[in-house]
Amino acid sequence: MPALIQVNDLRRSFGRVRAVDGLSLSIDAGEVFALVGPDGAGKTTVMRLICGALRADSGSVLLAGEDLARRPEHARANLGYLPQRFSLYGELTVLENLRFFAELRGLPTREWLPRSREILDFVGLADFGERRAEALSGGMKQKLGLAAALVHRPSILLLDEPTGGVDPVTRQSFWQLIIRLLGQGVAVLVSTPYMDEAARCSRVGFMARGQLLLQGRPAEVVRSLQGRILEVKAEPRRRAEELAREVSEVEDVQAFGDRLHLRLRAGAGSGVEQRLAAQFAAGGVECSRMHQVPPNLEDVFIAQLQAEAPVSTVPPVDPDGAHIRNQPQRRAR
Amino acid sequence: MSEAVVVADRLTKRFDGFTAVDGVSFEVHSGEVVGYLGPNGSGKTTTIRMLLGLLLPSDGQARVFGFDSVRQAEAIRARVGYMSQKFALYDDLTAGENLAFYAGVYGVVDARQQRAALDLVGLKGIDGTRASELPIGWRQRLALATAIVHQPSLLILDEPTSGVDPVARRSFWDLIYRLAEDGATVFVTTHYMDEAEYCTRVGIMRRGRLLAMDSPDDLKRNALPGLAWDVYAERMLPALDALQALQGVKRAGLAGDHLRAITGQEGTAAAIEAGLSGHGLQSLRVERTEPTLEDVFLALAGD
Repeated sequence: MPALIQVNDLRRSFGRVRAVDGLSLSIDAGEVFALVGPDGAGKTTVMRLICGALRADSGSVLLAGEDLARRPEHARANLGYLPQRFSLYGELTVLENLRFFAELRGLPTREWLPRSREILDFVGLADFGERRAEALSGGMKQKLGLAAALVHRPSILLLDEPTGGVDPVTRQSFWQLIIRLLGQGVAVLVSTPYMDEAARCSRVGFMARGQLLLQGRPAEVVRSLQGRILEVKAEPRRRAEELAREVSEVEDVQAFGDRLHLRLRAGAGSGVEQRLAAQFAAGGVECSRMHQVPPNLEDVFIAQLQAEAPVSTVPPVDPDGAHIRNQPQRRAR
Repeated sequence: MSEAVVVADRLTKRFDGFTAVDGVSFEVHSGEVVGYLGPNGSGKTTTIRMLLGLLLPSDGQARVFGFDSVRQAEAIRARVGYMSQKFALYDDLTAGENLAFYAGVYGVVDARQQRAALDLVGLKGIDGTRASELPIGWRQRLALATAIVHQPSLLILDEPTSGVDPVARRSFWDLIYRLAEDGATVFVTTHYMDEAEYCTRVGIMRRGRLLAMDSPDDLKRNALPGLAWDVYAERMLPALDALQALQGVKRAGLAGDHLRAITGQEGTAAAIEAGLSGHGLQSLRVERTEPTLEDVFLALAGD
């Protein structure tokens, strides 16, 4: 069976900015592909190119085998799209909103009501059909947005940062819905700032400056940092961070909740843990835990960005005019 | 105990027909970084608007630096830096002009103080760039600069990291900590549980009520009624369904690339494994783990 989403060498520039610069990906039925990357990397432009809201300069998009450029109506019939800022009609009820989207999507009149009830049931809004959209909570609006994108039973779903600014309870139930859709054979492309969400996807792609720098199954993607992440729990944490940065094998230090993740240079020897322990002891830091952990996607994300130093990355904080240690060199472009 | 910078005393706000904030009491002490969490619509922003004297409480009162939020709102606002969810920047103005505008509002005439604010947030040399042309991570920092230009000793930040990428988010928190180390007190709302882990104390709101406020460690110890388990199963969806139906499981959900279950104190890995293999689910791994703030949040704020 061919991939439901097939993107080949997609390019789109705005003036001199190459927003999407030779991007290829393919997503099969039942797969979810996570697009992650810094702000301005081109993720939203990719979504807009795939849904046909923007025309590509070159390259192709096939949706369920239909060429978006040649037969846009056929290609888009298979597609549901939840943009970052979706609009609902606040003064219309939940069902009226769905009817609007159903008719827009060409659902026959006799079908819209049973389908709307079915999809409201699926997203957990069955009891709210008569409520005006503006009276829904933030989480419920998000689910209505998803229902609207799904009303015509698309086999392809594009979700542009669907959980940005959404609380953990809503995020949890939103993702349980996505996982259920995969079970029904839908192919999903989702962009997200949450690495824990990317970790549960079939595949993940890191995007920067319009290109996919790296893509693969989450377990493959993190392999590049295998054995190079030390998790440290130490107090006071800020002091521990400073001390760790002074150890030459330590390439970077990041806080993960109440722990620190130390990224070691490739090929760092096993003596580094002892050196760190000595460093902490001498510096008055109490270290209650230090052990190697499997790298996670956020470790990879940070390492990728530091290696690339894309233009859109916020510069390091530099309050004293001094250079911050351990910033990687900007790569010549 | 250090001095209380914020005191909310049975703070209440009723709108027609519903109570947005319902008898909320807490204190924020000098030098603390307090995280304020809750589902969308649970009353976090309404609380903040009352602290700032922008909204009249229906009941109860708030004092900030000892000033009453109703009668002495101006004195409060002169001492507080506030950053709203939607960064309040003028798109047509340059970064420098935005900053000069807010400096003027706060009566800061010293241009050096304005430059210092830009330097502090790491935006030296972008004075001439229009706000609309800045990437979102920079806009976020510019918004912070406008909130700190009058050198406030309390920062109230309402979802400051919404919509920025993971790296920008991290360096924003580095900034918050730098400000806290320089003596600022910080009150911040967020949906990111990893950010909440960085806070001295964390409050969790639900439907207008403050359910708990404590250090992250104490919340995990006291507010989570049971044990946390990581469950690795080959097929996530059937495993999730099976876990949710399993007796003794209080909550089951997705966590990164695996599942997470909360059981009562009597829960065991063997019982979970047995329950799942009863559904024909094989190749399982069940591990007891430490609870996270997300577990606490879902337990308290979930339906």
